[in-house]
Amino acid sequence: MREAIAEQVHDGDAIALGLALESGIPFAAVHEIIRQQRRDLTLIGPISDMAFDQLIAAGTTARVIAAWVGNVAGGSGYGFRRAYEQAIPRRLVMEDHSNFTVGLALQAAAMGVPFLPTFTGIGGDIVRNHPRIRPIEDPFGGPAPLAVAALRPDVAIIHVQRADAQGNAHLWGNLGLTVEAAYAARRTIITCEEIVPEDIIRSDPNRTMIPGFLTTAVVEVPGGALPSSVQGHWRRDFEPFLDYHRRSRTADGFEAWLREWVLDMPDRAAYLQHMGEAAVERLRVRDEQLAASANFAP
Amino acid sequence: MTAGYTRRELMVVAAAREIHDREVVFVGMRLPLLGFGLARATHAPNAVGLFENGVIRDRPAEAFIYTMGDPPNITGAIACLGLLDVMSLLQQGRVDVGFIGGAEIDPLGNLNTTRTSGSGSLVRLPGSGGGCDIASLAGRTVLIMEHEPRRFRPHVDYITSPGHFPGRRRGGPSTLITTLGVFDLSPTGVRVRTLHPGVTAEQVRQATGFPLDVSDAVQATPPPSTDELAHIRRADSEGFWTRRESPANPLRTMTAG
Repeated sequence: MREAIAEQVHDGDAIALGLALESGIPFAAVHEIIRQQRRDLTLIGPISDMAFDQLIAAGTTARVIAAWVGNVAGGSGYGFRRAYEQAIPRRLVMEDHSNFTVGLALQAAAMGVPFLPTFTGIGGDIVRNHPRIRPIEDPFGGPAPLAVAALRPDVAIIHVQRADAQGNAHLWGNLGLTVEAAYAARRTIITCEEIVPEDIIRSDPNRTMIPGFLTTAVVEVPGGALPSSVQGHWRRDFEPFLDYHRRSRTADGFEAWLREWVLDMPDRAAYLQHMGEAAVERLRVRDEQLAASANFAP
Repeated sequence: MTAGYTRRELMVVAAAREIHDREVVFVGMRLPLLGFGLARATHAPNAVGLFENGVIRDRPAEAFIYTMGDPPNITGAIACLGLLDVMSLLQQGRVDVGFIGGAEIDPLGNLNTTRTSGSGSLVRLPGSGGGCDIASLAGRTVLIMEHEPRRFRPHVDYITSPGHFPGRRRGGPSTLITTLGVFDLSPTGVRVRTLHPGVTAEQVRQATGFPLDVSDAVQATPPPSTDELAHIRRADSEGFWTRRESPANPLRTMTAG
């Protein structure tokens, strides 16, 4: 993880993450970015839960392009609010979107077109004087839509259940904007529960959401999305979201939280150890509810 | 608790009654999620639910879910698509009704969840999420709000989710369900449909930050039936969303409005 972030994520980069919405948030990568003290980042995502809040409060972030920034457990993201309202720890530029428009911006980049038209947002303030959304005419004479300009992240960071060493990634459950972001981004970091032999990937090609030639780094990090859930591997852990919500209410409280859960943790293994074995085991999914197999014989 | 049910259980029932059989519903979390489950179990057995993360379900999750991304919401789903797939269905006009909440509302049903200076200093709110998309594109929208004067404003500071405006292509807010009553929304403004049992016209006037025509003669919101209550309590067994006091509910002190 350390090398992947060191090589792939640079100061000033635009990073897409939290793309499956509330699940599969790559917290291990987020915390490594904070430890490596990246600066002037742009964060891109639909709703980011507390990952964006942590990156903002830790001072890594200059700009956010998103539909929602907060903490799903508590509503407000206090780090985001301090940055937006009081420029603490630094000034934050916010580009507000809806989930649909941030998705269309990524999809336009994924398709290699300059923009995509939409009817969402008309009559509201998100699309008014927006740097990336403008009214256009329908060249075929229909009602006038809005154009959402393409948005190409430098890096997408995506947590999946399994990938092979080439970065061919199997993902199931919530997808959100995961696929669009991987196709749009210049580089894609895959973090996964397990690295598997490539014949497992080839046994079910429809489940390969990200083909390996788009992946620029693949890292095995079991539990790398905790406290968010990963289908078939981890339940959502509620308490850390509430704990963060309470402690991040003040800048000092955030610093103490940051030291305990990020700065004093060399890596994700240490984080899991700090959680305690009982807590980790309580979240681990042990039941099996397997999909019916699909016959790929020629 | 009033008369054996909570105000929030009454709101769930009111939400369920907004869903008709065979409709395609853009479901939110919290009370609308329970309302969808209740509608399916009672008068709308063929309703289909879409979630903005791409999940399509025709029955509620079998275990408690706190977010739409929680694993029980995937298990037994009809489909797990992408966000753009369900947003495309919405834009195409194939979603009959969507549910959204807001921090502030004005008489035209414009919702603000982005930023407000209503209390004097600037407060940044989380933003739209999918709210703006549902408000813009669903066949009709049902809004769910806490009924407080600071939330009901003549004009909102920022229109995150557009309400009624001239030239709207489709839809718009049709119903507002609050902690005090159920209201009709139209391009001409807000009208009281029912007040929750025990709520007076004066209480509603006081709690609404813009002029509202309401008389004491207005009908009461029909209370939940025994069957409806039983269903809600199965779905929200710890009373988390509906705020039943239960020692087994570890999160009961949280604001889950």
